[in-house]
Amino acid sequence: MLQFLIRRLTGAVVIMFLIGAFTFFLFYTIPQDFAALSCGKNCSPENLAVIRENLGLDKPIWTQFWDFMVGIVAGRDFPVGHCDAPCLGVSFHTGDFVWDSIIDRFPLTLSLTVGGLVIFLVLGLGSGLLAAWKRGTSLDKAVSGASMVLSSFQIYFLGPIVLGIFVYSTGWLESPKYVPFSDDPAAWALGLLIPWAVMATIFTAQYTRMARSTMIEQLQEEHVRTARAKGMRQRYVFFRYAWRGSLTPIVTILGMDLSGLLAGAVVTEFTFDLAGIGRLAVDSSLTKDLPLTMGVMLFGAFFILLLNILVDLAYAYIDPRVRLA
Amino acid sequence: MTSPIEIEGETASVALDKETAAGNDGADKDQDKKELTGRSPGQLMWTRFKRDRTGMISACVVLFFFAVAALAPVISAVYGKNPYTLYAQEPDYPFLLDDFAMPNGPFGGVSGEFWFGVEPNLGRDVFTMLIYGMRTSLFMALVLTFLCVVTGVIIGLIGGYFGGKVDYWLGRITDFFLSFPNQLFFIAFMPVVTALFVSPTDETPTYLRAVAIILVSWFLGWMGMARLVRSSVLSLREREFVEAAKVSGAPRSRIVFKEILPNIVTPILVQGTYMLPSAILNIAFLSYVGVGFVEPTPDWGRMFATGAKLYELDPAFMFFPGVAMVIFVLAFNLLGDSVRDAFDPKTGR
Repeated sequence: MLQFLIRRLTGAVVIMFLIGAFTFFLFYTIPQDFAALSCGKNCSPENLAVIRENLGLDKPIWTQFWDFMVGIVAGRDFPVGHCDAPCLGVSFHTGDFVWDSIIDRFPLTLSLTVGGLVIFLVLGLGSGLLAAWKRGTSLDKAVSGASMVLSSFQIYFLGPIVLGIFVYSTGWLESPKYVPFSDDPAAWALGLLIPWAVMATIFTAQYTRMARSTMIEQLQEEHVRTARAKGMRQRYVFFRYAWRGSLTPIVTILGMDLSGLLAGAVVTEFTFDLAGIGRLAVDSSLTKDLPLTMGVMLFGAFFILLLNILVDLAYAYIDPRVRLA
Repeated sequence: MTSPIEIEGETASVALDKETAAGNDGADKDQDKKELTGRSPGQLMWTRFKRDRTGMISACVVLFFFAVAALAPVISAVYGKNPYTLYAQEPDYPFLLDDFAMPNGPFGGVSGEFWFGVEPNLGRDVFTMLIYGMRTSLFMALVLTFLCVVTGVIIGLIGGYFGGKVDYWLGRITDFFLSFPNQLFFIAFMPVVTALFVSPTDETPTYLRAVAIILVSWFLGWMGMARLVRSSVLSLREREFVEAAKVSGAPRSRIVFKEILPNIVTPILVQGTYMLPSAILNIAFLSYVGVGFVEPTPDWGRMFATGAKLYELDPAFMFFPGVAMVIFVLAFNLLGDSVRDAFDPKTGR
């Protein structure tokens, strides 16, 4: 298991380096004039000079790349001051360090992502299992139909409807807002209740359909039929045989959906006017604050990789073939 | 414009199957166990699909959407409105908006004149905004899906057929692109890609925005297809009919395009059906968060952005684009399932 983990971590570090290099070179070589692009319209020559100096654009590209990478590992010095270890550069609009702006916004996105993930996994797999267990009954049809329709909804359509019902008309809940978990866990959960529910609804619907179909597939497998023929209890067959087998495809798809999950969190932030990583990415993209955009993008990639390693661990736990291979 | 192509695409591949089924062993296998009269897999698929009522209905719905999008200029000419005019400022419509710049009349100003109501503040016609928005989205999604399918098929074919080192490196590259966080990548790269074409001091024209959106989404859109095609090719590569073609001295291009490709049309088509709605959602996502299309281009995703801002005051504005999108995505997903079932009745829903 440890060996497996080490192998995965090494792979992740390599991928992260490659993503960093790839993004860096695209960002710094595609625009003809990086400084002019980030300076925007009506750029004064003085501003341009400041940006050039801040970015070290006068140096050759390889030196810039080296400085950037060293900055991430060991920190680097900027005209505005020293930037500590995971240094992703300086934003030219606010003058803040990119890492600090990201860390400032990240808890919200993390809460949305992880909260939504837990909710939709529990609800989605639960109702999928239920539908497969009661296959062919009206309950199954209701669950399948509802999940088919709900999975075609979008967060940006469902969100306002839910807000309209629970906040604007009835006033049962307050508008979503983010309270740090460390300040007040109850307010944290209450404030994010609607965003979680909306985000999880769409994913729940997708996972219900998937869990149901993989379970049904597994129940037709021969080892399951044999277990039944031996006279094992239905419940035992269902959970020990079929469920165990359908976990692997579900976890595989979960691993592929992780970046979709982050995207879901981004849309959710916009729908409920919460200031997280997604808002930061879009704002920086619109103001052409390229170091910040690049920082957010790299951070997002890092976050997805981290979640992927967790998924891989779950994979190894479920399927012995993975950790032994 | 687009709808006939969709339909023709299906029948064309059916025809393709028919031609090849007569000649190679791979497709014959399906036929043997079916019956003696020898219907091609394409015919079988069509018979099964016709029997599937959900599939037929969703196909009609999808066709209807494409027809509306294609005929948007005609429809709006007959209807007598366009998505750009600010009707509230026209002398013909003095009471379109009330004192708070909200639409007069029930449900966002729905009337015989303005079927889906009018936009708050600006007083544009929602119906034409929606059909033109769908036109933009569907057209771009078609182009994007086409590009992704072609790229994915080419890379998958090369990797799967040649194997060895080529396959290894193509596989690594595919994995590498898969590890990018898509949506953040789209947001981050929009300004960079736009800068390819426009100097930072100029305004970006609409068509260049469209090109940038397609380029960015294309870049991270082909990997799923490439993996699928590669695995399908791997399973066909060692089959007898390919060996036979090799032995009889067929050139590589013939083996790849005439022997292998027609046999993997089915999974490609099914995957493509699932890719199109997700392409639409991706494009809508970009416009929704504000890095895609901007005013005054009519766009589906942008209507949601406007609608979300105004929802508390005028919920009706969001209603029509939202319902249209849910119906469209739902119909497309059901259609995808039906196409899959028709091709491969073994996968039960």
